[in-house]
Amino acid sequence: MVIEEAVNGKDDMLIDGQMADQVLPSGFNLNFLNLYYAKLFPYGDIFKWMSYGNDGKHPACDKSYFGRRELSFTLENDIYLRFLSFNSVSELEKGIREKCPFKIDIGPVYSVDPSKRHAYAQSGENVFKPVERELIFDIDITDYDDVRYCCSGADVCLDCWPLMTAAIKVINTALRDDFGFRHILWVYSGRRGVHCWVCDGKARRLTNEQRAAIADYFRVYKGSENSKKKVSLTGHALHPFLVRSYTEVLKDLFEQTLLSSQQIFSTEDRCEKVLEMIPDESVAAELRGRWQKRSSGSKDDINAVRWEHLKHTLQSGRHKGQGLRRCVEEIVFSFSYPRLDMEVSKHMNHLLKAPFCVHPKTGRVCVPIDPVHCHEFDPTTVPTLSQLLQELNSGGMGQEGDNDWDRTSLGESVRFFRSSFLEPLLKACKEEMESAYNSKLQQSKNSLSW
Amino acid sequence: MEIVRRPQLKSTAIDRGVPTLPLYRSAPSLEVRLEDFELYAIDRLRVLTGISDGLSRGKRPEEMEKLVAELWKANMRHPQASEVMNKDIISHFVLRLVYCRTYGLCALSLDYCCFHFLAYRVRILAHREDLRKWFLSMETALFRYRFRLQTAEAQRAVLAEFQLPYKAVTTSEFEVIKDKLTLVARSINQTLPTADAIFYKVPFQEVPELVAGRRVFLSDGYAYVAMNQVVSLVATQFRSLLSKALTLTNRKWMSTIREQEKDRLTPIVEALSTSYVGPDYSVGREFGEVSLKDIDNVAKSSFPLCMRHLFDKLREDHHLKHWGRMQLGLFLKVLLNSIGLFMEFIWNISKLPHPLTLAFTCYLSNPLMQQPMELGVGLKLDDALAFWKAEFSQKVGAERFDKEYAYSIRHNYGKEGKRVDYTPYSCQKIISLTPSVGDHHGCPYRHFSEENLRAALCKMGVNSGGVEDVMDKVRHKHYQLACTLTFEAIHGCPNDAGINHPNQYFSDSQKILKSKVKCLRISFLVTSVIDLEFPPISTVHSLHP
Repeated sequence: MVIEEAVNGKDDMLIDGQMADQVLPSGFNLNFLNLYYAKLFPYGDIFKWMSYGNDGKHPACDKSYFGRRELSFTLENDIYLRFLSFNSVSELEKGIREKCPFKIDIGPVYSVDPSKRHAYAQSGENVFKPVERELIFDIDITDYDDVRYCCSGADVCLDCWPLMTAAIKVINTALRDDFGFRHILWVYSGRRGVHCWVCDGKARRLTNEQRAAIADYFRVYKGSENSKKKVSLTGHALHPFLVRSYTEVLKDLFEQTLLSSQQIFSTEDRCEKVLEMIPDESVAAELRGRWQKRSSGSKDDINAVRWEHLKHTLQSGRHKGQGLRRCVEEIVFSFSYPRLDMEVSKHMNHLLKAPFCVHPKTGRVCVPIDPVHCHEFDPTTVPTLSQLLQELNSGGMGQEGDNDWDRTSLGESVRFFRSSFLEPLLKACKEEMESAYNSKLQQSKNSLSW
Repeated sequence: MEIVRRPQLKSTAIDRGVPTLPLYRSAPSLEVRLEDFELYAIDRLRVLTGISDGLSRGKRPEEMEKLVAELWKANMRHPQASEVMNKDIISHFVLRLVYCRTYGLCALSLDYCCFHFLAYRVRILAHREDLRKWFLSMETALFRYRFRLQTAEAQRAVLAEFQLPYKAVTTSEFEVIKDKLTLVARSINQTLPTADAIFYKVPFQEVPELVAGRRVFLSDGYAYVAMNQVVSLVATQFRSLLSKALTLTNRKWMSTIREQEKDRLTPIVEALSTSYVGPDYSVGREFGEVSLKDIDNVAKSSFPLCMRHLFDKLREDHHLKHWGRMQLGLFLKVLLNSIGLFMEFIWNISKLPHPLTLAFTCYLSNPLMQQPMELGVGLKLDDALAFWKAEFSQKVGAERFDKEYAYSIRHNYGKEGKRVDYTPYSCQKIISLTPSVGDHHGCPYRHFSEENLRAALCKMGVNSGGVEDVMDKVRHKHYQLACTLTFEAIHGCPNDAGINHPNQYFSDSQKILKSKVKCLRISFLVTSVIDLEFPPISTVHSLHP
């Protein structure tokens, strides 16, 4: 396992006397997690983020805001605690360190403190309901299992990870350019996917209907066991969003990377899978026939060659048919376009794992991903729990008041979180709060004046 | 709006040059005759019901547009051209009164000390909550399609009325994004934007449907909406305005109007909220005779699932709770085509011996007994009751008969209580009823679990392919379409009209079957009764275990 390699390969590192005699078990266990929560988990940053500026001194600050946020803990033995809330950063830290949850989920901000929800009616005026929630997305590589051949299930490798990279690029660009969002956080889910948190005020106040609309805007793949063709791009042209995604990201991903890393045309079965996506059987038959007589001795990559055949046949204009117009793009989209979990995005009350949690199965920390440099992100080198604790031990004594995470690989992630996400976000929140407050003051002045 | 009894009308709406499509933002100052108050509302209700029907059949937008134009023309005209607008506005506001009411009534119902009544009231209120949503949805749909039918000029006027802060895209802005707009239009097979095309720049949150379908170009949080897409915008606005208005109307109704108008408008409003506006099933027409022996057979062959279920449960338990009795009883009332048989049904569930003798005595006294009977022709209720009472007072005592049974028989014929002749429930009403533990009423397509529904469908004789089609409709909440498909599967032929009413299901079914099987006539049973020479009750009872 990766953890053991990391441990064994670092024999030459200075190891604190206590640890020297132990062979560290696979990277995740309760003791390690306890240490992680004691030394490394960035409570202050999470608190500042979730407060959205309400922890300040401005008169417009809502002191109840953080306390109305729902959190949930999954403990050892799958015990699940919901509707938890905390009123301050110290309460948050205390709660997490006491319970040592295997997983922390973040829910919406409710109209009232979720732990007191039973005191409120279910209808009428004083209702318990979500009032704010980030716009969130969850992309999991297992949703691509029907188009990736290198791994399946929980595994992920550098051959299929580019699918996640592409998803980040496509969605991130759309969120910024099409929807006008500015404060977007991408996080590694710890094992096989990515999460996205859109934190603009505009996003947090979206209704369920609006969230569903955004999710549908992003939806292209309509998978079901019964249809062979899961991507259907009708119309005489593609929507500008799809055009941009295709020309800027997906075409290259497919042609430069996936064709060979997934060996898409290397076997008869795999070829058939693509041929099934061509609605015109005569075209499919023509290609099938051509590929059966494989010319041996060709040095070129068979995948690239066959793809050229296919493109040429479909785009030559020889075959005219309704379904063929966009067939090439449909095939590319089938293999590479982002597949979102729609349910996660549609409802305000959906919970999502918090950043900086540790994944119980891999021991990896859920670190932020820089969307601008997402092609450089390598899931196999994400810091693990045991690695971090080793680093902590070997890093020597730091100054009093230093952040412990700064002495570890986690430091890079926390610094990135602050500089590229948290600071701009809090600045914007402050501005928003002040301008809303000022305009309210102005309004009441106007209404009072005779 | 002032409601008066005087016949004259003063109108000002047309004079003010408002758009032909009113937004119903405030009640106008018009005088309305009391008769028109109710009639206008019923006409509009027909339009809304027609729309509801069209939507539940999955009609496409172009078809709905046509349907709305037809419905409006058929129901909302007025001999005086100047009155057309008034009728539109008045009917809308009357229906607002009818459909605005919700749980607010519950507190006032506590003057009914009987718990049974309270439960009854609460069920009515739950029904009303659904009705309010229904009204909101249908009025929005009506508005949407009427808007589509307006001229571009009229549409612009409506947009201005709504005071939507959406800006028309400037020429220079248009030049920059023209290519993208063209791409979008081509991607959804719409006409390409010309140089003078008007687009509106709207925050994307305002047009979720257009965003979801990728039918607009988005840039920096704004959607660029074509004129023909503005409908979506406008419909959303209308819906939210109406929703808020309904809440306000409800408050006003509860606090002042209801009490003030208790002798004048309130009874009309209350009656309208339970009325069914569709084909009239209150009178049995050409249903042919159904005899007692036939009932079990016709239940199997021609009852819709909801009634079949209730009927089976009745046979099994010899009992049905209140709503089940209402739903099945009113359905059967029309079917059985005779007072005697209906009374027989009630006796059945009261667990008393089966009054076959009395039923056929009623028939025998009918001079037209050889002909198919219409409800209302034949033995008068009072005479039958008298005969009945005489026959059974030996067993239960005259007093008890009067107290316990006469009342309920008379009640269902509208002779007691509210003095309203209960018309059999339509599908719409049945779907809105929610059964709880021990109940068997409501629409099975809505309330049965998937497993149970599949089993029930198989029992009815639907093949596995048919069952899948039905289940698909159920998943999409198209309960009436599911019932229609069931009908088609069992009878082996299409039902283009679609099922809206259980009695319609029955009559359609019988029509098909009668053309295949010779019908059993009453005379057969009459003969057997005469042969049996009024046997003692115990023997008769054994014929119907």
